[in-house]
Amino acid sequence: MTEAPLLEASGLSLRFGAVPALDDVSLAIWPGEVVAIVGESGSGKTTLLRVLSGLLRPDAGQVTYRDPEGAALPVHDMGEAALRRLMRTDWGFVHQNPRDGLRMGVSAGGNVGERLMAVGARHYGSIRAEALAWLERVEIDPARIDDLPRTFSGGMQQRLQIARTLVTRPRLVFMDEPTGGLDVSVQARLLDLIRALVADLGLAVLLVTHDIAAARLLAHRLLVMRHGQVVEQGLTDRVLDDPQHEYTQLLVASVLAA
Amino acid sequence: MTSTAGYNFAYLDENTKRMIRRALLKAVAIPGHQVPFGSREMPLPYGWGTGGIQVTASIIGPDDTLKVIDQGADDTTNAVSIRRFFARVAGVATTERTSEASIIQTRHRIPETPLREGQILVYQVPMPEPLFRLEPRVTETKRMHALADYGLMHVKLYEDIARHGHIAISYNYPVMVNGRYLMAPSPIPAFDNPKMDRMPALQLFGAGREKRIYAVPPYTPVRSLDFEDHPFVPIRADAACALCGSRESYLDEVVTDDRGGRIFVCSDTDYCRERQAARRRDAAE
Repeated sequence: MTEAPLLEASGLSLRFGAVPALDDVSLAIWPGEVVAIVGESGSGKTTLLRVLSGLLRPDAGQVTYRDPEGAALPVHDMGEAALRRLMRTDWGFVHQNPRDGLRMGVSAGGNVGERLMAVGARHYGSIRAEALAWLERVEIDPARIDDLPRTFSGGMQQRLQIARTLVTRPRLVFMDEPTGGLDVSVQARLLDLIRALVADLGLAVLLVTHDIAAARLLAHRLLVMRHGQVVEQGLTDRVLDDPQHEYTQLLVASVLAA
Repeated sequence: MTSTAGYNFAYLDENTKRMIRRALLKAVAIPGHQVPFGSREMPLPYGWGTGGIQVTASIIGPDDTLKVIDQGADDTTNAVSIRRFFARVAGVATTERTSEASIIQTRHRIPETPLREGQILVYQVPMPEPLFRLEPRVTETKRMHALADYGLMHVKLYEDIARHGHIAISYNYPVMVNGRYLMAPSPIPAFDNPKMDRMPALQLFGAGREKRIYAVPPYTPVRSLDFEDHPFVPIRADAACALCGSRESYLDEVVTDDRGGRIFVCSDTDYCRERQAARRRDAAE
């Protein structure tokens, strides 16, 4: 962790009317690191993710992304064209609901190939080969490459979304509750898959979740949010085994043991 | 000049023509870019060529010779009505011969006879937005054009190959204009797409209901989208014209009886007639 952070945010503030969604939030994420943001509903987790990925503009504070050449880019001042290019090359966004991230009327292969075609791939054979390889990688039967995502189960749709996001080998992936809405065994399988892919590809991941178990399994570091503030942060095991802030203590204590 | 009292030359009032000409100038300056304009009510229904008529009315002068074709033919209702309309309200000369016309208004075809410098081809366009079946939000398609973010169009082509084994778009085949703007060439057959590329004539597109004008200036590169391993192929019925014997022109299939009889004939009636006349001359000599 001696190199410069991949994404760095400082002093982020955003209010929705009278409601403070973010209150002076700062964080940094280094290459290859998985950082989880946990907290209850309405604590500002998703808003933070949207601000960091440039989808929302904060009232104050700034977000800086360091590109592969080492240049520091201000995320909110780089212009829409540059941000979109970033979104389909260096970055990825995995939505909670696969319907938001997938094109439901386009076959699985087309979904995986879209990012490739958006960055200029114009060889049908190699796009298809890449799509097949990725379907295999996320444990979807390659024979279903021409099927529409709406014929897939929820877990398969989520895995397809992950394949579609990772096909351009991004460096930084934002995940908004990727396991939300899936049943427990499917969740376990998906977490396992994400963990393997992250390690394989050396991805940096910013993971928003309210599932403490998922955070413990995937994340190196943990940020606990409440009322738009980061109340505690540190190494995942440290935070979960020895919570300092009373809210974190409550959060850890309220996890059900099976 | 006007042969019908009470109407301005070429039906539209001068201010409207100026407004349309300004849109046309902008469209020519940015090839393939859709320019909004204040489309007027015309004395024919939407879908019959209101956009094309307004463009023609704004550029036509007393010395012009007008040709109007519909699906390549000079003698169909749409073509005859529009030609008669301009003969009446502008008093201009009309013709059925491609080489004699200075302005050609067309619906769904490009003439087979190559156009030359100084001629203007006016297309009637039902839907100017090439992405409208893929992205229903106009605000989003505008942004995609602004950012040249056209990956989605290739997703559609990918889907076609995955499903049918080839790109199954036979008309309104999307093109890239000048390497920058994705453009709908209006519902001309894909067979005609190569004719747009570096055409010496000026090409103007008018969509009356959608209120958009766009243009391709002379000698502008127009490339049909494709994949490296699935290149664009213009499709043509594998037959010769039953009337003139052409194997190069675009053909219409005509049913001749109720026992399965059918023939193929040129869709470009002027081209076919010229060739038949040439044949007769050859036979007479």
